[in-house]
Amino acid sequence: MPTPSTTPISWPDAIYAQFRRAGVRQVGYVPDAGHSRLIRLCQDDPDIADVVLTTEEEGVGLVAGAALGGQRAALLMQSSGVGNCINMFSLLRNCGFGCLVLVTMRGEFGEFNQWQVPMGTITEEVLRLAGFLTYRVEHADAVDEVVGAGCDMAFGGDLPIAVLLSQRLIGPKQWTR
Amino acid sequence: MLDRRDFVRRLLIDRGDLLVVSGLGSATYDVAAAGDHPLNFYLWGAMGGTAMIGLGLALARPQNRVAVLTGDGDMLMGMGSLATIGVKQPNNLAIVVLDNAHYGETGMQPSHTFSGVDLVATALACRFKQARAVADIAEAAAVRALLHGGEGPILVSARIGDEDVPRVLPRRDGHAIKQRFVEALNSA
Repeated sequence: MPTPSTTPISWPDAIYAQFRRAGVRQVGYVPDAGHSRLIRLCQDDPDIADVVLTTEEEGVGLVAGAALGGQRAALLMQSSGVGNCINMFSLLRNCGFGCLVLVTMRGEFGEFNQWQVPMGTITEEVLRLAGFLTYRVEHADAVDEVVGAGCDMAFGGDLPIAVLLSQRLIGPKQWTR
Repeated sequence: MLDRRDFVRRLLIDRGDLLVVSGLGSATYDVAAAGDHPLNFYLWGAMGGTAMIGLGLALARPQNRVAVLTGDGDMLMGMGSLATIGVKQPNNLAIVVLDNAHYGETGMQPSHTFSGVDLVATALACRFKQARAVADIAEAAAVRALLHGGEGPILVSARIGDEDVPRVLPRRDGHAIKQRFVEALNSA
């Protein structure tokens, strides 16, 4: 009989499980250290088209196109990427497309690179101004519930939803070289 | 040089269940002038995003063909999306750039293609399966065949004249455009 694991499920795995539950079929992302495990899970899933973007605003178009074709798409980006999307977000509001964006935060708790701070400190406000409902997650054990609610609101309610994964949750960037 | 209205009309004749995404400005007017259709997704904004909407749609609907018709200004703003499309290699996606080498909506300022920036070479460098420029109306039938059955991703740069043509305005309510498209696709 297998020993029950006491190790809690990691937060990227919790997000991936919610993607599976909600039937997410496309995931757009710009490579990001905080999202690296989730990106790998999506790449390894034959039911999910992983779309590596050159800039985050491309992902907004991807979400709209997927929805036109009857598929659910989610976007993964770093807080700096939110700034790249602002005008393209108008597509969501003008046409009533739901959208789920998972934002790994930089420029806050434990940040070593001050160049991340100007965008990181306005990310949530920018999202709200663009019409998003925003939910901030500080602890790993809340990720499952918040992302699950976000999936239901974005895909069931056609709402623009952003989940901000705080830098305290993700941990500071590891400077390896 | 192509007459843009005549060219687009020939591309969309007997279109069947071809899904069409049109870029803001003149491309949207050209697609509307060829005949309003529920499987047209007209953009009136979101400049630079047209090709990516085409990609999301092409990935979601592999059983359909997807045609993106847009202008050189929109394609230049979204040039990175050619690289993104090149990675995914959607077999069912074709992009037609209606290239008059000018920004028509804002006073006909020359675009980058006016100076020789080459979108066909860019698409080939981005691993598009096929990319070509056309400037003769006799080639319209061949481009139409590409939209319906060519091995994608495909990019066609259509060298159109820079003359002003009357605006043909389709509906502008984005919710209505989306809803009509989704309903038509679901009942197709």
